Amino acid sequence: MIHLIGVNKYFGNNHVLKDINLHVKPGEKVVVIGPSGSGKSTMIRCINQLEKPDSGDVIVDGINLIKSKAQLKKIRQEAAMVFQQFNLYPHKTVLENLTIAPILVQGKNRDEAEQTGLEFLARVGLKDKAGAYPSQLSGGQQQRVAIARALNMHPKIMLFDEPTSALDPEMIKEVLDVMVDLAHSGITMVCVTHEMGFAREVADHVIFMADGQILETGTPAAFFDNPQNERAKQFLSKIL
Amino acid sequence: MGVNNPFALYKWQALFDARDIFIDGLTTTLEVAIGALILSVLLGIIFGIAGVFPNKFIRVLNRVYVEFFQNTPLVVQVVFIYNALPQIHIVMPVLLIGIIGVGLYTGAYMAEAVRGGILSVSKGQLEAAMSQGFNYWQAMWYIILPQAKRVMLPSMANQAINLVKNTSVLAMIAGGDLMYQADSWSGSNMYYGPAYLTAGVSYWIICFLLSKYINKLEKKAEV
Repeated sequence: MIHLIGVNKYFGNNHVLKDINLHVKPGEKVVVIGPSGSGKSTMIRCINQLEKPDSGDVIVDGINLIKSKAQLKKIRQEAAMVFQQFNLYPHKTVLENLTIAPILVQGKNRDEAEQTGLEFLARVGLKDKAGAYPSQLSGGQQQRVAIARALNMHPKIMLFDEPTSALDPEMIKEVLDVMVDLAHSGITMVCVTHEMGFAREVADHVIFMADGQILETGTPAAFFDNPQNERAKQFLSKIL
Repeated sequence: MGVNNPFALYKWQALFDARDIFIDGLTTTLEVAIGALILSVLLGIIFGIAGVFPNKFIRVLNRVYVEFFQNTPLVVQVVFIYNALPQIHIVMPVLLIGIIGVGLYTGAYMAEAVRGGILSVSKGQLEAAMSQGFNYWQAMWYIILPQAKRVMLPSMANQAINLVKNTSVLAMIAGGDLMYQADSWSGSNMYYGPAYLTAGVSYWIICFLLSKYINKLEKKAEV
């Protein structure tokens, strides 16, 4: 479903992704962890080309995004992203946030987009907030709306870029609950997070990154209980 | 009370008798102002977006336009269009010169207002829109500009009001606007007092109404 092959990325002289190879099968849940500045976010943003790699290939759902740029719009609809800062559209109501892209990008009619939108709002427990503006919601609620907004594109892949890092502690759980529920629905997920409990519960693979490299890949049990890489051991000893 | 009083009653009488000249001038001023306002807003949006465009060459175009028109006097620009362009066989009616001259000049300020407004919107907004498959222009039009509006409008309003006053530059090229009519009418009979006072009050009324209207727009833009 997702293949990053030999991906390199520089910010100026800073080599932030070093020969990254990542393969995610359909329906797999992959959790990416690692210290700040390790390139996790940059990597996940390469999948939908919010960052353009300097070399290497990015293949999503069979389409090489480096070679066929014209298909990017299609892939971006299939791979929806949830951001650390939510990035809801503040001038639109919650329901409009969910429907604007399906209507304008996917050409759905308004009724259909609103109907599915309300279903997804119900699924994240916020159906009663359909008419509210994002600024009237708590951080946790905003992030749940952002997840519903992503789902209303009917994506095959969900990309989460540190979805709980900007939240107050008491709001993290409500977002994670939605993500766990989503994980059980069979969608392909790539999630950059510091939530180790979540990683243990839903991940098929945990990927550990540091200094722009993937240093270890394994099942949650193998990785958390018996890490092989020295940097991974150090990292886990500090956070667990 | 006689010739030495600049506001003597008989001078007002003369102005009233010549009111058609002033109404003509006012009409021309309004025509130029409306035309230039439309042109400057269009240029402002185009060059304002150019100023934040991903492509560097397009951004350079924005800088060249803005720096050139902001840093040379409007009078020089208008006199140049009036006197120099006919040398290369571009001859335009004076009304059009007014619209183009004032529009180009104000457009540079509008572009800065638009650019500032766009820059005030968080970068995550464009990313969120792009990640949903919007193209750049859709993202601009539906997501970025509506949010930028709140920051843009007050400074665009100031520029619109400056624009109305700046149309008086047409007096320099016999533009037939309010200032020109006041100037030429009083130049022939020396009744400067009523002429300039009337012109000044007329500009004030236009600008006052305009700013009231824009205030309303700003209230509407607040989410």
